[in-house]
Amino acid sequence: MFDFVSFIPRAVMQGVPLMLGCTGETITEKSGNLNLGTAGVMYVGGICGVIGAFLYENNTVPGQMNGFLAVSIPLMCCLIGSLLMGLLYCFLTVTLRANQNVTGLALTTFGVGFGNFFGGSLIKLTGAAVPSIALSSTSNFFRRSISLSTGSGWFGKIFLSYGFLAYLAIVIALVSSYFLKRTRSGLQLRAVGESPATADAAGINVNRYKYVATCTGSMVAGLGGLYYVMDYANGVWSNNAFGDRGWLAIALVIFTIWRPNVGILASILFGGLYILYLFIPSSNFAIKELYKMLPYVVTIIVLVLSSIKKKRENQPPASLGLAYFREER
Amino acid sequence: MEKTKEPLIHITKRGNISTAGAWAVRVAAIVCAMLVCAVVTTLTTGINPVAVFASIFQGAFGTTRKVWMLFQNLAILLCVSLAVTPAFKMRCWNLGAEGQVLIGGLASASCMILLGNTLPNWLVILLMVIFSVLAGAIWAGIPAFFKARFNTNETLFTLMMNYVATQLVAFFVILWEVPKGAGQIGIINQNSQVGWLPQIGSSKYLLNIIVVAVITVAMFIYLRYSKHGYEISVVGESERTARYIGIKVENVILRTMLLSGAICGIAGLLLVGGTDHTITTSIAGGRGFTAVMVSWLAKFNPITMVLTSFLLVLLDRGAGEISTNFGLNKSFSDILTGIILFFIIGSEFFIQYKINFRKAAKEDR
Repeated sequence: MFDFVSFIPRAVMQGVPLMLGCTGETITEKSGNLNLGTAGVMYVGGICGVIGAFLYENNTVPGQMNGFLAVSIPLMCCLIGSLLMGLLYCFLTVTLRANQNVTGLALTTFGVGFGNFFGGSLIKLTGAAVPSIALSSTSNFFRRSISLSTGSGWFGKIFLSYGFLAYLAIVIALVSSYFLKRTRSGLQLRAVGESPATADAAGINVNRYKYVATCTGSMVAGLGGLYYVMDYANGVWSNNAFGDRGWLAIALVIFTIWRPNVGILASILFGGLYILYLFIPSSNFAIKELYKMLPYVVTIIVLVLSSIKKKRENQPPASLGLAYFREER
Repeated sequence: MEKTKEPLIHITKRGNISTAGAWAVRVAAIVCAMLVCAVVTTLTTGINPVAVFASIFQGAFGTTRKVWMLFQNLAILLCVSLAVTPAFKMRCWNLGAEGQVLIGGLASASCMILLGNTLPNWLVILLMVIFSVLAGAIWAGIPAFFKARFNTNETLFTLMMNYVATQLVAFFVILWEVPKGAGQIGIINQNSQVGWLPQIGSSKYLLNIIVVAVITVAMFIYLRYSKHGYEISVVGESERTARYIGIKVENVILRTMLLSGAICGIAGLLLVGGTDHTITTSIAGGRGFTAVMVSWLAKFNPITMVLTSFLLVLLDRGAGEISTNFGLNKSFSDILTGIILFFIIGSEFFIQYKINFRKAAKEDR
C-alpha cells in the first residue's frame, strides 16, 4: 500500500521552495521580464539567510536566543539579498536594456557561485570555532509548527505539520493570484507584459512596473531558498544541495500557465514527482533516475499543448524576454 | 521662451559608433570589472589584489600542462558557442546546448561500450561521429519542430530538454556502471582503447583544438558568405521580411537548429571520445550556458568568439588557481566571472546609446 500519510508531507516540503520560486517568477514574467536568474536568486536568498542566522547564532549565548530575532534576522537578510539581485537584473535589462537571457544566465552563474562560496568559506572567513554550518537552533524556530499537530493523526500530519514559511508561501501565492487577476495594478502589470508600447501610451509607467514586479518576484523567490535551508534542510547548508530547483521553478511557471494559485497544487505535485522514486518499491536504481525526469517531461507536454491549442489566456506574456525602448517602435 | 520641462538626461540611439570606439568602451568595462573584482577579493579574503592577478596568470599559463588545459577548455567552450550562434542570430534562443552536448556524448559513449568488442576501431569511431552528430541534432530538432510548426517557446523548451538529457545520462550511467554500485562508468575501453579518437602529436588535446579551429573558420564562412547565412540573418532581423521575400521561415528554423544541435553533438564527441573517455552527468560542465554569453558578447561573430571564450576560460582557470592557492572555495571563480559579465553586459548600452545631459542639449541649439 502506498504510504500517503508520509508521502504527502514530504511532497509538500519538497514543493514549498518550488511554490515560492514559481510565484516569484510568475510575477516577474507578467511584467515581460524572463528572469532566468531565478536559480541564482534562490541561492542568494538562502545563503543570505544563512549568513544572518550564522552571525546571530554565534554571537548569542546558546539557549538565550530570542525567537523573534532568530526568525526576523535571517528573513530580512534573505529579502535584502534577493532584492539586490532583482535590482541588478532590472538595472541591466530595464535601464541598460541588456539582453534578458544573457543577463539571467550571468545572474545564475553569479548567484550559485555566491551561495557556494560563502557556504563553503563562511566559517573560515569569520574565524568561528564550529566544524560546519548547522544552524539547528535557528532552524527550530523556523520549523516550529502549529502545536496541535503532534498526536492529531493523519490530518495533523498532512495539513498542520509545516513551518510558518510553508503557509506563508500559500498566502503569497493566493494574494499574487488575486492581485494579478482582480486589481487595477495587476491589470496594468499584465498590460506591461503583454504590450509595453500600448501600456506606455495609456500612461502606465512601464519601467516602474517592471522594476517593482521583478524586485518583488525576486524577493519571493529568495524566500524559497530560505525555506529550503532553514526548514527542509534543518539549517544545514551544503554546497549544491539546492540543485536544479530554480530551473524546476521556471518549469513550474509554464506548467501552471502563469497562474500562481494553480501553482500551489502544481508545486506539491512537482515536489511529489521529485521524490516519487523514494517511494517506489523498486531496487532498480537506474529506473529511479528516469522518474526524476518526469517533472520536465510533463512541463514540455504542457508547453507544447498550450502552444498547439493557441488559447489566448494560456499563452506566455506576449513581450516576454523583450526589452522596451519607447523610441524604438 | 517656452517653458517645457526638460528631463535631466535623455537617451538617444547612436547612429554609428566606430569599431575602435566600441572596443574602447568594452575594454574600459573589463578594466572597471577587474578593479571591482580586485576590491571584492581583497574585502572578502584580505589578499593583495596584485597577488590575485598574478595568480590568475599563474593558473592559466603556469606550466605546459596548464596551457594545454587552457586551450582544451577554450576549444570545447568555443565549439559549443559556435553551435548556438546560428540559432541566436536567427533570434531563436537555443538554451539547450548543455543537453545537446550531453546527448552527443552519450551517443559516443554508448557506441564505445556496446560496439567496442565487436567492431574494428575505425568503424566504431565512424559510428560514434555519425551517432553523436545525429543525437545532438535530434535533441535540438524536437524543440525546433514545435517552434516552426506551432511557435512553441523555444527558450523554455530547450531549457527543459537539458534536464531530460541529464536524467537520461544518469540512467545509462547506472545501467553501465563499472563495477556495479560504483555510480560511475569509469574509463571506457581502458586497455583496448577502442573508440578513443586518434592522438595527434604529443598531446591528446591537439585533435580537439584542430577540429574546433576548422569549425570556427567554417562557421564564419557559413554565416558571412553562404546563402543559408544570409537567410538566417534576414529571419533574425524580421520574420515578416523573410516571408515577403520568399524565404521559408519554418525550414530555416528547423535547418539552423539541426545544425546547432549537430555541432553540440560534436562537442560531446570530442569530450567523450577525445579527452575524457567516460561519461558523467556533469561532462558539459555548464558550458551550454556559458556559451550563450560567449556568443552574445562576441555579437555572434565566430572570430571574435575566440577572444570572448578565451577571456572566460582564462578567468575560470585563473580563479581556480586563486582558490587553491589561498585555500578558498572553488566557486570564487563564478563570483568573479559574474562580476565581469555584468560589466560587459552593461557596457553594451553605452555602445548603442548616447546619454545627453540637459546642459549639453541647450548648447546644441
